[in-house]
Amino acid sequence: MTKRTIVPIGPYHALQEEPEFFKLHVEGETVVHLDIELGYNHRGIEKLSESKTFEETVFLVERICGICSTSHPLACVQAVEDAGGIAVPERALFIRSTVGELERIHSHLLWLGLAGHFVGFNTLWMWAWRFREEVLNILELITGNRNHYGMMKPGGVRRDIRDGDIPAILDLLARLRDPLAMFRDAVLEDPLVHARTRGVGVLTRERAMAYGALGPTARASGYDIDVRRDHPHAAYGLVEWDVVTRPNGDVFDKAVVRILEMFESLRIIEQCVRQLKTVRGPVDSNPPCIPPGEGIGQYEAPRGEVFHYVRSDGGNRPVRHKVRAPSYMNVPTNRETVVGSTIADATLILAAVDPCYCCTERMAVALASPGGERLWGAGELIRMSQEKTWRLMEETGWRGPAPPEF
Amino acid sequence: MSYAINTLTRSLNVFHLAGSACNNCDIEILDALTPRYDLERFGITLVGSIRHADVLLLSGIFNRKARVRLLELLRQAPKPYLVVAIGGCPATGLLFRESYNFDRPPGDYVPIDAFIPGCPPKPEAIISGMVRVIEGLRSGALAPRCMEAGRPAPASALPETAA
Amino acid sequence: MNAPEALGTGTLDRIRGALGDHLLACSRKSAQRVYIDIPPDYLGEASALMFDEIGARLQIVTGVDTAAGIEVLYHWALDREGCVVTFRTVVDRAEPVLDSIAGVCPAAEWIEREIWELLGVDFRGHPDLRHLLLDDHWPQGDYPLRRGKEGAP
Repeated sequence: MTKRTIVPIGPYHALQEEPEFFKLHVEGETVVHLDIELGYNHRGIEKLSESKTFEETVFLVERICGICSTSHPLACVQAVEDAGGIAVPERALFIRSTVGELERIHSHLLWLGLAGHFVGFNTLWMWAWRFREEVLNILELITGNRNHYGMMKPGGVRRDIRDGDIPAILDLLARLRDPLAMFRDAVLEDPLVHARTRGVGVLTRERAMAYGALGPTARASGYDIDVRRDHPHAAYGLVEWDVVTRPNGDVFDKAVVRILEMFESLRIIEQCVRQLKTVRGPVDSNPPCIPPGEGIGQYEAPRGEVFHYVRSDGGNRPVRHKVRAPSYMNVPTNRETVVGSTIADATLILAAVDPCYCCTERMAVALASPGGERLWGAGELIRMSQEKTWRLMEETGWRGPAPPEF
Repeated sequence: MSYAINTLTRSLNVFHLAGSACNNCDIEILDALTPRYDLERFGITLVGSIRHADVLLLSGIFNRKARVRLLELLRQAPKPYLVVAIGGCPATGLLFRESYNFDRPPGDYVPIDAFIPGCPPKPEAIISGMVRVIEGLRSGALAPRCMEAGRPAPASALPETAA
Repeated sequence: MNAPEALGTGTLDRIRGALGDHLLACSRKSAQRVYIDIPPDYLGEASALMFDEIGARLQIVTGVDTAAGIEVLYHWALDREGCVVTFRTVVDRAEPVLDSIAGVCPAAEWIEREIWELLGVDFRGHPDLRHLLLDDHWPQGDYPLRRGKEGAP
């Protein structure tokens, strides 16, 4: 009779920043079942929103998630604008996409660094986060803050981008190009990365569609959806760029999508800031009120579509504000991708959907042996993942990707 | 006691607990480890288990469920340890204060030694705060509250919050 | 950069045709926003229509407590046409029951649990109806998104 044990991942460990409960039911080394338990982050934001004005609620939803500081506010104000039929000045559209794409780059770099750490390449983690700091510098220059930018409002944006700041933005894009290219080549060509991620945690296109998967998680499975193209908003319909998809749905393809998307973000930002030189005018249409009605706002966050629904009765507060983050749809796909994998691979697979736990609500893994429950901390589980890499290095002589000189 | 404090301040092992957080403080804490800020040159290391921790960093509002977990973890923490609240959330709950799922400020049931406010505090502020904690320990102005008998009064300049 | 094909009368007519008399109202708010009212007992078939036949993507479900009853909105994205079709159905506040669509559409599994615990709507046939976000000890009958006895927030 096979021994079944349950492996806990989370909730509190240094790298998976948020409390999450995945219960991995394990037989030997293989995961046979996954439970996901939420509740550790629920702060009642939808109800709180009903006590805020339409402008105040933007600051509330910004704090749903630290990385989605553009995503939630943008989807929120778009929902309000949809409800009220409110127009947004063209200049503001370019500013919205500029900030949004800068956020996408720093979010993907954050994930790549963490994934690198989980696999055991700590130098890559430091490298990815070092360049992330440069993106945060520019965001601070434009918005006044590294995160929680407070940029969005119904009708436009709160701050204009000064002409004098544009050279700094273009300079950042130029400086990112080579490191991102070296990163792409170092990671994607590396046999050790391939060994750890190809064929691992596969989500088929059919299952991605059944779960309503979103963002890179969907696109890596060949599910060709991207809110920026499909439901044009901000400046995405005004500039040239391409949607990135991959066919296999494994951890490798999810990483490839995120890496290649950053290049598309560079393209979008460059076109947007160049437009700012000629598209002048106000950045806020200053709507005096929100008439009664309902509206939907969708935005392609780094993790996928953020969805907001807002209902107004003509007053200054939402009567109802529904918020749905992309991880809400992506995290359940883990039930299919993690089952059948080994414990060493499980952490990587769970991380591959880039779960924004605070957006979703949160997850843990518990290990119970016949002698009683044994808790393996997430730190230990990450270590198991790293050790697998180090064993492979010994067996094959591969050294892993060399980070670029900087 | 002074031996334990000296041990504490020579190199600090920091364990980070996020409870119902938006994650922004958590990322800034991790950012403080990156080469740009490099917390490690102050002898501060992030550890993966509370059993090795000298300092507990708390972020987030700690709803009911998270509170249960926090208390379970604290039972495993070897004394002495310091508790540092990062950001406005563990101090007051900020704008989540009126939520139906708000529990209570963790300071009500955990002795907090220092607050580093912000939303989020920048890595510079986090480092500055940690340096002040170390200096406070060395000078004797700050002693780990977990060693005190009875319920400690809050140390920070933040206003008293009602339970 | 290809713009999405507009929601031609084609797809909308197809949906309207399939719903037939079950379509209580249809409002085309804009090129991108369609709202269709259906009776609660037709929810299962309407969902199968959108998911299996039309190939729409379930974005999420919104529950709203109103004086007229609990509105449950099913938001379906038609990504190729750049449109969201929202099905609205209303259930009685005193006894709010709907058929679960999680069997047809796994994407609905979590949100039905969430609407059950925050608004008190019972989803018949749901495979795993238990707390998602709230503590297991949350007081029964306390639905945080309900608006209070007189409909006040």
